[in-house]
Amino acid sequence: MTDHAHDHDHPFEPKIVGFLCNWCSYRAADLAGTARIKYKPNIRVIRLMCSGRVDPAFVLKALARGADGVMVAGCHPGECHYLVQNYKTIRRFQLLKHTLAALGVEDARVRLQWASAAEGQLLADAINDMVEKVRALGPLEWPHRWREDNGLDRLDAEVTLEDARLGPPHPEERAREVRP
Amino acid sequence: MSAKPKLAWYWAASCGGCDISTLAIDDKVLQVAEAFDIVFWPCVMDGKTSDVEAIDDGGIAVTLWNGAVRSSEHEHMARLLRRKSRALVAFGSCAHEGCIPGLANDTTRDAIFAAAYLDSPSTANPQRVLPRTETDVPEGRLALPAFYDTVKTLDQTVPVDAYLPGCPPEAERIWDALQALISGAAIPPGAVIGAETTVCDECKRTRSEKKIGAIKRTWQVIPNPETCLLEQGLLCAGIATRAGCGARCPGVNSPCIGCYGPNAGVEDFGARYLAGVASVLDADTPEDVDRIIKAGIPDPVGTFYRFSLPGSLLRRAARR
Repeated sequence: MTDHAHDHDHPFEPKIVGFLCNWCSYRAADLAGTARIKYKPNIRVIRLMCSGRVDPAFVLKALARGADGVMVAGCHPGECHYLVQNYKTIRRFQLLKHTLAALGVEDARVRLQWASAAEGQLLADAINDMVEKVRALGPLEWPHRWREDNGLDRLDAEVTLEDARLGPPHPEERAREVRP
Repeated sequence: MSAKPKLAWYWAASCGGCDISTLAIDDKVLQVAEAFDIVFWPCVMDGKTSDVEAIDDGGIAVTLWNGAVRSSEHEHMARLLRRKSRALVAFGSCAHEGCIPGLANDTTRDAIFAAAYLDSPSTANPQRVLPRTETDVPEGRLALPAFYDTVKTLDQTVPVDAYLPGCPPEAERIWDALQALISGAAIPPGAVIGAETTVCDECKRTRSEKKIGAIKRTWQVIPNPETCLLEQGLLCAGIATRAGCGARCPGVNSPCIGCYGPNAGVEDFGARYLAGVASVLDADTPEDVDRIIKAGIPDPVGTFYRFSLPGSLLRRAARR
């Protein structure tokens, strides 16, 4: 069961959080912009200095707070501005994916993408590809997974639907979620 | 009636180890009884929920709560004791992060019921009877608490004033907390009573540059007692775990399993632990990394979230 109604008026649009490194992948996104290469607006880009800065907790937090997918993008192996940090990204990412798979998060929702500053087209294609794959999977709606009808009132200390989502709630939802 | 401040203890989804660890403060428990009027403590004395209900709201100075919240009864008691208590302390890993009972969040209520009441080899249940919250019998209606699909921590249920980590908290730390309560010292809101560093800082093993080519399970090796266990390829959670235990497990050649929860400032224990382990893997390609972790970490949830799945950012596995 889902609280989010996606219908003709409100089709599902995946929310993807993108962690892009300052030196390569963010510049690739910039290049895509200046070259007028279009990509889907579903990605919300957060610039970090390095893909090695992506704490696995960032990915988990994005998923827990309402993202349908997360892309981590950085310089190609061997081209890291900080020499070897993207090798640490590889290791953390593989171990995170191993853990997410065990928790039942589908493979396509979390993606590691290399893109050099010259690869605007490649990054745009990767974003478009990821958006369509996540669209096919449907909403993740992780904040709803622990919300069950347990026969009691809503809990005082529980996160509200509003702070559990990236954007403002759908008006219909707001009406339904009246706090005690 | 005594004018001493009232103290209550409660247990929910827990094993009783927190109460045993409390009694390990030995005769100092008498000082607790001198300082407080112990009004409710199901482990050691008779008491009824109605006794708690009869107390004025806010009439209990402190309630020390151990156990996770996994049923409607636990939730009812959490709300009741929250209302009656001026301070509520999440005592031990179950209340703090969900602990071992919280690993139930890797599965579902239906799967748990099936395993417990239908499929286990020692079960004979031809009518396939499962627990129900209400059952009508000739004498009337019988009620059972609802069993939740998702185990919650105490602070996911009601507001909590302070936390005492550990599975169980070491008796010395319990005494630290009780002394603070006896002295009437103000506990900063949301305080985690314990150290603000990691188990590695209390561990006496020698450490050097870490590079792990293969992860070993504890039954596969007898570790060298002098050097860092992680460097020997054993998954040791000391790198991510809050200090306070005195590094007891590494001290007896056994890796830390993370019962004291995350260090100060860390939001998700498993994320911190896995990031630390991943960083020292001796592999530079996804394929090489996968080869190491798939052989060495067959159960990543049980490894990285052994004590903290309900308290983690994702809280549970997807319902499959």
